[in-house]
Amino acid sequence: MAPLLELRGITKRFPGVLANDHIDLTLEKGEIHALLGENGAGKTTLMNILYGLYDPDEGDILVNGEKVSISNPTDAIKAGIGMVHQHFMLIPVFTVTENVMLGEEVVKNGDFLDRAKAAERIMEISEQYKLDVDPNALVEDMPVGIQQRAEIIKLLFRDADILILDEPTAVLTPQEVEELFNILRLLVDKGKSIIFITHKLAEVMRCADRITVIRNGKVIGTTTPKQSSTNDLANMMVGREVDLQVEKNAVKKGDVVLSVNNLKIPDQSNNLCVNNVSFEVRAGEILGIAGVQGNGQTELVRSLTGLLPPLDGSIQILGQDTTRSSPRKITELGSAHIPEDRQKDGLVLDFSVADNLVLNTYYLPQFSNGIIADENKVLENGKELVKGFDIRTPGTTTKVSSLSGGNQQKVIVAREFSRPIKLLIASQPTRGLDVGSIEYIHQRLIEKRDEGTAVLIVSTELDEILQLADRIAVIYRGEIIEVLDSDQANKEVVGLLMAGIRPDEETLKKARAKKEKIIMT
Amino acid sequence: MTKENQSEEKKPNSFQIFLEELQHSPRVVTILAILTGIVLGGVLAAVTSLDFYAAFAISPWEGILTGLEIAWNTYAALFTGSVGDIGRISDALAGGNEAEIRRAFFPFFESLVQTVPYLFGGLAVAVGFRSGLFNIGVEGQIFIGAITSVWAGYFFKGLSPIIHVPLTLFFGALGGALWGFIPGLLKAKTGAHEVINTIMMNYVAFRLSEFMLRGPIKDPTEFTPKSPWIEDSAKFFRFFGDPIRFHLGFFVALGIAFLMYWLLFKTTWGFELRTVGSNPRAARYAGMNNVAVTIIAMSLSGALAGMAGANEIMGVNFRLMPAFSSGYGFDSIALALLGKNHPFGVALSALLFGFLRNGARQMQLRAGIPIDIISILQAIILAFIAAPAIIRTIYRLKEPNYEEEGVKLTGWGGQ
Repeated sequence: MAPLLELRGITKRFPGVLANDHIDLTLEKGEIHALLGENGAGKTTLMNILYGLYDPDEGDILVNGEKVSISNPTDAIKAGIGMVHQHFMLIPVFTVTENVMLGEEVVKNGDFLDRAKAAERIMEISEQYKLDVDPNALVEDMPVGIQQRAEIIKLLFRDADILILDEPTAVLTPQEVEELFNILRLLVDKGKSIIFITHKLAEVMRCADRITVIRNGKVIGTTTPKQSSTNDLANMMVGREVDLQVEKNAVKKGDVVLSVNNLKIPDQSNNLCVNNVSFEVRAGEILGIAGVQGNGQTELVRSLTGLLPPLDGSIQILGQDTTRSSPRKITELGSAHIPEDRQKDGLVLDFSVADNLVLNTYYLPQFSNGIIADENKVLENGKELVKGFDIRTPGTTTKVSSLSGGNQQKVIVAREFSRPIKLLIASQPTRGLDVGSIEYIHQRLIEKRDEGTAVLIVSTELDEILQLADRIAVIYRGEIIEVLDSDQANKEVVGLLMAGIRPDEETLKKARAKKEKIIMT
Repeated sequence: MTKENQSEEKKPNSFQIFLEELQHSPRVVTILAILTGIVLGGVLAAVTSLDFYAAFAISPWEGILTGLEIAWNTYAALFTGSVGDIGRISDALAGGNEAEIRRAFFPFFESLVQTVPYLFGGLAVAVGFRSGLFNIGVEGQIFIGAITSVWAGYFFKGLSPIIHVPLTLFFGALGGALWGFIPGLLKAKTGAHEVINTIMMNYVAFRLSEFMLRGPIKDPTEFTPKSPWIEDSAKFFRFFGDPIRFHLGFFVALGIAFLMYWLLFKTTWGFELRTVGSNPRAARYAGMNNVAVTIIAMSLSGALAGMAGANEIMGVNFRLMPAFSSGYGFDSIALALLGKNHPFGVALSALLFGFLRNGARQMQLRAGIPIDIISILQAIILAFIAAPAIIRTIYRLKEPNYEEEGVKLTGWGGQ
């Protein structure tokens, strides 16, 4: 029997780039097929061709063994293909029903919308696949995870048999990822087929039936989770040996650099989102703050970097009180900040790479005489850092918005690391990045620690914390409920603490006895 | 991601690069938008004319010919009105009569005179946009600048022009700056939206100017509300004799435009201003003082607008009368957008607006085409600039593969 979907020799050229080079791919009925590759490998281009957003230069698409021509999304929907984009295509002020109906309106009496009937159908779908979406809820009121399910309902409402999910986990919390995987399983059990685009290794190992790895627009190979390890997959993806284990020397602690005492920070509605937090970070060590998103980490970092004044308590950097200092003063004390949201806080997307590389140093004597900016020196600095930090960009005057996420993050890292720093505060330093960039940034963080910089890493990725940190502070509902040395910590212990549960003695003992090897994802 | 991949890419030859650049350049879109606007303006002039329909009733061919003729006449009149009558210019030059030569060249220089307030106003709006502020209050700031400069112009007596001219201009700038400072302060300190506040400040300015003209700065010898004439020492130098009014203000405006370019793109403060305008959160992160930048930027924007008002007093009217600025402030918003908020772009679009506005009067007189056609023409051009996709579709240009230089404005939520 012919496979449900077959792509044969799909080729797509963009000016100067071969985005897809004779790609063959088959999707069997009832399987989850993961399409794995780094950012820019050509995954999304391929799926956009399948969904009718691009025309392929060469190659055929076959559905149930028959050649089909898909030149727009309507054709794709007719062929039973639906896509959930990385950035959701929902209208925030509409209800789920209205969003789902959009373009496929259910009407009564001629031209009047029949919301009730559509809502009924949505309820049916929601129950059948355990999606748990309220058809009458406004999209803007729903958490991201539920919004994604509304997108899935949109496809099911249109009777799609082939669901394409583009990086579906990028925006989800760990719990939501878990729920999504359960839903995907249920969908394939009931006869749907799924193409799952991702660059996260752990996820494909967990949920895929088959995995196709793409690199530089070419298919490198197809395998199954049983036949290969995360290391194999990483090597296929990157095209060279990747070291997923981070090599670390023993910690050499120096003086206290950052000291936080009884810090209290109010949120917008004046509740304490950080309550009585105290900790210190010493030169040459990495303190990791682990916690589920939304437990006060964001506000804590904003306070430490001068962006949000705390209500009470004190912050000292190198013995100087910075509790209510301006961001500039804190920067000038030798503190560097890799912000959580690189596009909103860390970069000016309209500006060139060179300008972004001096975003917080533009006024210093090396780049200006106090009034006039020295363009040549800014460009020179740009060239140097682009080379030194391996930022992949056409040039230093290129707008930073046209770089990939990994390279944008490298711009921030280059800027923050290129000046003498004593303290580094990194918030979600590798969120949304591909394996190559994660490896690179982790190495740089360790390098800084070995140079004697005090490093504070805030991350919701448990694996990242366990790998990098010398000490781990777990934050839960605005309080640090435990600080562990890295040799006392394992996934289980920290995972429980992150959920606010204190592990029993037995678990703790086990953790101390057997320091688990952690495979990075 | 790998090095071999980069070397695989074929190097396009320079001609291809040129074509690509041409097709991607936002400038091409601007120029095509202007040309398309002119064509559509001609069509409009034709179809709004009764002659066209009369001719069409005879035969469609006749109708088309008449339509073309009307469009031609419209633009011929626009050209004569804004640049001058070529025949008359050459005759005058041949004749050698100086007064006649001046009269022949009058339309061209009058267009330049019209350009000056547009240039100042456009710069005011552009500086605001660059710092993320939508200054709708330029019109009001022009009025305040006119009031303060006219006062400085007649109150100080016996000064040398070397001192009095800059002083009067400075007073104009100061008045406008004050009118910009207030909404700037409110925005920076309380988050009150500058669009609302500048609109309200406009009304305060209009009524204030009326009050001033009826009271404090009224010329007691006049029956109607008019200010006294400013001293000769406060007037901008006029380069030619009557009727040409072309004055020093034109070059002052060009100098200020260059100064703004230098300030915005060459200084560290301009870098801060553009950062705050483009991404205020990143500006805070980078340690910039958003509050100070916002207040100073809005004051600077107001100062530029105030100079537009001062210029009209010092170069054209020499006194203040009610309703002396015929909407320069509002047109400035449009022309700043047309000039992509770049001082040089603003200078070019100010010239365009100056010539169109000046030519329109002649057009109405000679070809009987209503002056409103020019407003429609401006509107069409702006609509095309605002929706470049239309122009790209008409001329089959490629979508740019990089983001066009845009201006971000803060929304109502203050985000």
